[in-house]
Parts: sequence; C-alpha cells; structure tokens
Amino acid sequence: MSAFNAIGEEREIDREEFTPGIEPQPTWCPGCGDFGVLKALKQALPEVGRTPEETLLVTGIGCSGKLNSYLDSYGFHTIHGRSLPVARAAKLANPGLEVIAAGGDGDGYGIGGNHFMHTARENHDMTYVVFNNEIFGLTKGQTSPTSPKGHKSKTQPHGSAKDPIRPLSLALTSGASYVARTAAVNPNQAKEILTEAIQHDGFAHVDFLTQCPTWNKDARQYVPYTDVQDSDDYDFDVHDRVEAQEAMRTAEEALYEGEVLTGRFYVDEGRPSYQEEKQRIGEMPETPLAERYFDDDYEWERAYDEFIDKHR
Amino acid sequence: MTESELIWRISGGSGDGIASTSQNFAKALMRSGLHVFTHRHYPSRIRGGHTYTEIRASDEPVKSRGDGYNFLLALGDSFARNPQEDAYYGNEELKPLSENLDELREGGVIVYDSGLLDADEIEGFDRRVEENDWHVYPIDLRGMAREQGREVMRNTAGVGVTCALIGMDLEYIQDLMREAMPDKILEPNLEILQTAYEQVQEEHDPDAHDVRIPSGEHDEPQLLMSGSDAISYGAIDEGCRFISGYPMTPWTEVFTIMTQALSGLGGISEQVEDEIAAAALALGASHAGVKAMSGSSGGGFALMSEPLGLAEMTETPVVFVEAMRAGPSTGMPTKTEQGDLEHVLYTSQGDTHRVVFAPGTVEEAYDQTRTAFRIAYEYQIPAIVLYDQKLGGELISVPESTFDREPNPDLGSVLTEEELVDAPHNAAGKYERFQHDVEDGVSPRSLPGQKGGRFLATGNEHEPSGHISESPENRVAQVDRRSQKVEAIRAELDDEGNQTPHGPEDAEYGILTWGSQQGTVEEAVDELNAAGHSVKSLGVSDLTPYPVAEVEAFVESVEEVLVVEMNASAQFRGLTQKELGRYGEKLSSLLKYNGNPFEPADIVEGFESTMIDGNDDVPGIETTFVPAAGD
Ligand SMILES: Cc1ncc(C[n+]2csc(CCOP(=O)(O)OP(=O)(O)O)c2C)c(N)n1
Ligand code: SF4
Repeated sequence: MSAFNAIGEEREIDREEFTPGIEPQPTWCPGCGDFGVLKALKQALPEVGRTPEETLLVTGIGCSGKLNSYLDSYGFHTIHGRSLPVARAAKLANPGLEVIAAGGDGDGYGIGGNHFMHTARENHDMTYVVFNNEIFGLTKGQTSPTSPKGHKSKTQPHGSAKDPIRPLSLALTSGASYVARTAAVNPNQAKEILTEAIQHDGFAHVDFLTQCPTWNKDARQYVPYTDVQDSDDYDFDVHDRVEAQEAMRTAEEALYEGEVLTGRFYVDEGRPSYQEEKQRIGEMPETPLAERYFDDDYEWERAYDEFIDKHR
Repeated sequence: MTESELIWRISGGSGDGIASTSQNFAKALMRSGLHVFTHRHYPSRIRGGHTYTEIRASDEPVKSRGDGYNFLLALGDSFARNPQEDAYYGNEELKPLSENLDELREGGVIVYDSGLLDADEIEGFDRRVEENDWHVYPIDLRGMAREQGREVMRNTAGVGVTCALIGMDLEYIQDLMREAMPDKILEPNLEILQTAYEQVQEEHDPDAHDVRIPSGEHDEPQLLMSGSDAISYGAIDEGCRFISGYPMTPWTEVFTIMTQALSGLGGISEQVEDEIAAAALALGASHAGVKAMSGSSGGGFALMSEPLGLAEMTETPVVFVEAMRAGPSTGMPTKTEQGDLEHVLYTSQGDTHRVVFAPGTVEEAYDQTRTAFRIAYEYQIPAIVLYDQKLGGELISVPESTFDREPNPDLGSVLTEEELVDAPHNAAGKYERFQHDVEDGVSPRSLPGQKGGRFLATGNEHEPSGHISESPENRVAQVDRRSQKVEAIRAELDDEGNQTPHGPEDAEYGILTWGSQQGTVEEAVDELNAAGHSVKSLGVSDLTPYPVAEVEAFVESVEEVLVVEMNASAQFRGLTQKELGRYGEKLSSLLKYNGNPFEPADIVEGFESTMIDGNDDVPGIETTFVPAAGD
C-alpha cells in the first residue's frame, strides 16, 4: 500500500479540519493582521479541496511564521528567510503535496530576497504568502524592506534613507506566473485570491497587507482598499505583462501615498511550472520520488550496474 | 615503497590536457595488471600555470603517491606565451621542466618537448643531469603532432614515447583510445602514438636507463576510482535520490558526479542560488520522504550552518559532504588541507549534535558515505562526510568488489500509514512526532501526505506534538532525548571497525592520523619498521561520536604518539585530547600546511627527528613539530 494514499482522495473538506483540536493560544497581539491571513487560508483551503494531510505549510521566522501553529496540516516552521528553498524541494520530492510557503516582509523580501527572486524565476508550483506589515514585528518594530522612505525606527532614527522594495514588480520581473495583493481588512477578497493562488499551476505570489497595531500604527494597511479590477479607474488586462507592470507600479507608489490598491495584477496560465519543465527535459521523474521508497515493486538500481564501465 | 615501481609525472600548463591524458594512462597501467595511485597538482586558473599529475604504478597495492618519482614527461605550457601580445610571462614557459626536477629520483628519465622547451635556458641543467644520472630525451613532440594531425595531440606523442622507453605494450592505450575517441580524431591519434613509439625505438636506446614498467596481475578485477566517485556511489547505493548544491572547488566533483548518476536513475539534482538554499532544499526533500544530500567546501559550508542546526532541531535526516581546501576564506582553492575539522564539528549554535565521518581511503569513502546515510535516516540526525581535496581528487585502483553491495532504499525510522493508526496520538488527534521517552531517543517520523501523521516540524524548541514550547520540563526532556541518540550511535559505530590500525600490535611508538593521510602514514610506518624502529598507526575515521575506547587503548599501548595532520593548529590532536580527557603529555603533532599532502618521507623524517632525536625543530620548511601541553 502506498504511504501517500491521502493524495487524490475526493471528498468534501470541512473548514474545521484545518483547525487544531485544542486551539493553541495565539501569540499574536489583539488586532494583528495575521489573524486575517489565518482566517482567509482556512476558508480557501476547503475550496481548493485538499485535505490537511495533503497540505504542507512551510513558514519562516517572525510573528507571521507562527501561522502553522494555528493551522492544522503538515507543517515546517523553518529558519528566518528560508521557507522557500525548503518548500521547493518538498514539492519536487512529492509533487502530490499542496505546498504553501508563508512569512513576513522581512523574512521574504529581506533576508530571503534571493530565494524569492529565484523561486519566482523557476516558477515552482506553489503559493507564497507574504504578510506585509511594513515592519519587523517579532523583533519589535525595526524598519523592514517595505517600510516607506523616511520611516523612523530604533534602528533608523533619522528616518530610512532607502526606497521600499516593490514586491509585486519584483515577483513579475523575476518570473512569477501569478501575482496578487490583498489585505487582511478585506476577508472576502483575501479568501478569493488565496483560493485562486493555491489553484494556480505555477509560482503564485500574494503580497498580503497585514496591520501591525503594536509597532506600525501609521501604515496604510488599515485603510479601506480599492480592488483594482473592480475599479473603472484601473482598467487593465491581468494577462498582459506590460499593463500589469504599469498597474503594479501605480499600486506600489499609491500605497505610500494613502491609497491601497489590491487585487490580481498578473496571471499567466500558459507558463509551464518548474516541475513540468524539469520533467520535459528529463531532469525529473514522472512518478513522485517520495513514493518509490514505499513501493515494494520499485526496482532500486545500483551505481555499480549503471556507471561502473567507465571506471574499468 | 615497493622495489619495482614506476612513478610517472606528466607536466604542462592547465588546459593542456594533462588531466585526461594522465587518466587514460593510469587506466592503461591498471588494465595491464598494476595497482595505481594518482596525485594531481594544479593551480587555481583555467589556462596556463604549471600543473602536473603523477601516477604511481606497482605490482603491489599502493597507498600514497610515494616519495619522488622516476619518469618525467614535460609537455611544456602552451599557454605561457600570450599570443595576443606575443609577450612572455617571465620564464613561465620552462616551468613544466624546471619546476619538476627537485623530486626526480636518481637514475630517472626525462622526456621533454623540444618543440616548446629549451633545456639550455635552465640554469645548471646539464650539471644536475650528470649529478643525478638522469637520462634525457629531448623530442619534438609538438612538431610530430603538427605534422600528422593537430598540435594538441602532442600528449599522445608523449605517451607513445613513454611506452617505448619503459617497455610497455601499446595495446592498452590503443584500446582505450578506440573506446573513448570519436572516429575523426581516433585515426590521427593512433598514428601519432605509433610514430612516436617507433621513432624512439629507432633513434634511442631505452636500455640506457633502468626505469621499466613492472609486470603484475590483479587477484580480482579493479576499478579506477576517486574519493569523489566513491562518495557519490556510496550515496546512490544507499538510496540517495536528491542532491542540491552550488559549485565550489573541490566539492563540485561530487556534485557533478551525483548529478550525472541521478539523471540516469530518475533522481533529482538542483543547482540553486546559494549554499543556504542548497542545504535548505536537502532538508525539504528529506522532510517529504526522499534520501537527500547536499554539500560544499569551507566557505559554502559556513553558509549551511543554520540549516544544519535546523536539521538537528527538527530531526530531519540529511547528509552533507564537506570537501576541505586550504583556508581561511577562499584560501587556496585547488590545494589540500585538513583545516575545517573544528568548523565542521562545532559550527551552528546551541547544544547541537551531528555525526561526522572522515574516510581515510577511497574504499572507506564508499563505505562510510553509506554508513552516514544509514545513521542519518535511522537516528534522524545530520551526518557529515568530511574529506579533502586530496582524497576527493586522487584516482586509485580499487577492487571492484568494494562497490558490490546491495542497494539500501530503507528510509529508516519512518512509519507506514498502517503503523500510524496505532501510533501514540495526543488529545488533539495529532501524531506525537517528538515523544519524550523512546528507545535510543529515536521518535519515528511520518511523512507529509500520510494519513494520521500530521505534525509540525519547527526549529524552535517544541513539545511532543511539534508545537512550540518554552516549558522547562519539556526543554530538558527534548534536549536529553536528542543527546541520547548520540550515545546510541556511538554504541552502534563501535562495532563498525571504522578505525584502521596498521603495524605491529606491540609497537613502542604510535602515529595517530585522520582522513586522507591514513595511507601515507601506513607506508611511512612500514618504512620506519623496516629501518628498525617499532611503530604502529591508527587512522581515525569516526570524528563524532569519537571512538574514545579504541583511541584510548591505542595511546595506552605505546610510549609516545605522533599526531599527523594537514593543518597549522593541530585540530585533531585538540579533539583527541578533549575527548580522551588526558594523555596530553603523550601526544605531539607533526603538521603540514603548505597546500600539499604529506609524503611518506615527511613522516619518516618527522618521526625520527621528534620521537627519536627529541628535536622540536623538524628540518625542512614544510613540516612543523608542535609538542603538546601536559595534562
Ligand atoms: C538569521 C536570523 N536573523 C535574525 C533573526 C531575528 N528575527 C526574527 S523575526 C525577524 C524579523 C521578522 O520580521 P518580518 O519577517 O517582517 O515578520 P513579522 O514578525 O513582521 O511577521 C528577525 C530579524 C533570526 N531569527 N534569524
Ligand atoms: S507585533 Fe505586530 S505583527 Fe507581531 S503579532 Fe503583534 S501586531 Fe502582529
């Protein structure tokens, strides 16, 4: 019997399945935007139809990284900035898993920025949710890569001299095939976008605006948002790179000027995922690697037979 | 040192085909029934710069490159002259000849390419030839190659000349050429080989010198393997099907061999953005249920230290290989050293545990890589195979039977879904992945995708369910359990025979060494005993857990111990003293850290001068003697 027969099972999934039996006391502050991500994920996952056992949630370090303490699935709470490389390999090893990576803006755009760029470039079939509160939460309010220019903190007392990073544009130019931004203050859109992102076949990046009432009261994350696709002012085609790029630029500037624009910014259904590319060129087997170890009929070859001739 | 042996050195510039030519010649010698051992010396540049490869061939098994050599084929450095500017880089051009004379034995043979090199430009050449009774054959290899094919084929001409001068049949070389070369270049190469061979026989008298190819016969079929090959095949035979890495010399060899091998076996290889990612990917693959490995060399391994700690805390099995080169920082990329020992033992924060193996030979590299995987997956702990540029790069003839073992895809302590049904669950219905009281400290794991096995792996301290916890009682229980695994591993490894004793059991003196120096030390021990001393050695391969009992018995049994290693700070002696807790006054160090490995003569000389004569000052600039502090 395969060890992975939870995969592919078809049945209705209940939202409560993703809720731990005894709810651990959340360590998030009252009013924290992170609750919004948790709620949206719990609503989205049953829509996607995957069981908690088919789901692997890989997180980084930060308040955001605590996410998988409150979501019941297989989980890997890694180290600061490194959720993506762990998640990538788990997906390659067992493509039957629904792999979701998550972490903060410091985690994903700062220390893990290199991995963000490369995971998007490779277009791994997974979802990456970045809790963007424009601040380092867990280490008590230092300036983050998304903090606005001039933002004052204990580590930047004169106000940051750096322009904030542009995560949506960065994801797009790096090669992500799905790029969206949503906000904790809008649960309906958040659920819809997360559902879509998880179902997307390729690297789906969701910049999730989360408020941090404890360290970052000034951020725009609390402000009522505009859905760029519902709005007549931002009429653009999410499938057109150039238009999407322009819309992202507007959204990324507007965020620091008082207007919060969210929604789908770019969707490319045509780009093959990394796994598909690897399989096409013969770099990856069709059957999940992980399953072989439990497959009694699988023939394990020895180096001896395959390669020894060139050493004779 | 055996009586009849050929030690052939081919020298030239990097990029002149020294590596491929010597590899072929080594194989030809092996096929003719001899045991071979090769040693590579190359600079950290792609083209030009003096490089050589040495092949020692004997009818008896050989364990090191030996002392000196007796046949030089100097091809010349075709890149020394800068064609664009037509400028010279000093007398760089002559290096393939001039730089190699010091180690050429008396009565040795020199063949040099008179098309590229002019011996008259080397100061005192004729005098040295006479003094050492060398036999010199200036031959226009370049001209010969140009006439019949292309200039690059002067390597082949050199091999033809060699065969004629040492009395070796051409058939082994010809066979290899036919197997490896495409038709277009095969014909001219065979032609050049033959012409060169015949020309020597016509124009010279090979009987003028005594350097001859020995004749031998193998008891069993042999393979030409490097340490990097052996590590890779060990990993593959043990079921490793995922590798991730970032290129860095000399680890790149394992990375590329594994990649090629895995592609044939339907495994996965990932070249990623940096070493942090590489290590993290290996963890991700292992967490999902695949035997995985990553690796690097010094600086790259430094980047892996945080994922290494994560593997320990989350109890994710993984194997890393660390290929040492001379450090610190980027150091000397193509030169060997054993300076990363402490780095590999202690890097990463907290009370971490890992298993570290340092194989001493190519055969051990295969065996101990397998053991590393078995231990890592059984005990859910990171295991590291620590080796150096020397062991990774040297090609040696080893019995085919070394590699003739059953594959082992066993994932270790993983439960099946049936077993998970009866496994302990907490009140929340979650699988207790990290139970407190389990035998040997090993709490079996489940894999994502399995029914009834959901758990959280986290680098934070956690309770049995995997949830983050800072409870003092839980902390102590978890730390103790993780440590308990190490004791269980120690008990298991004690039976493995990973340590290699050599020499008479009742010897008066001992030499302790680790990793790649083992074979060289053993040859030195034989020489010392032949010279009337009473010496034995122990090559240590288990570094963590350290084989305390075995090393203690060894140290107890002798008067004094010389610890031989390739670094300047006596790292292994430090480890030994720490693990044994005493015997400081009995241990002295013989250290070499100039980028080149020990040769048997270094050790013989170092031993006699320090152990016998009691000098603190070892003659020569290359080795240093450091007496240990007392207990
Ligand atoms: C290598 C490393 N550097 C620094 C830290 C300390 N650290 C923990 S969380 C964090 C920042 C978290 O900020 P962010 O990623 O924005 O997440 P948030 O807490 O806001 O959700 C830092 C710097 C660490 N754990 N590891
Ligand atoms: S510090 Fe900020 S981000 Fe962290 S839990 Fe509190 S509100 Fe949320």
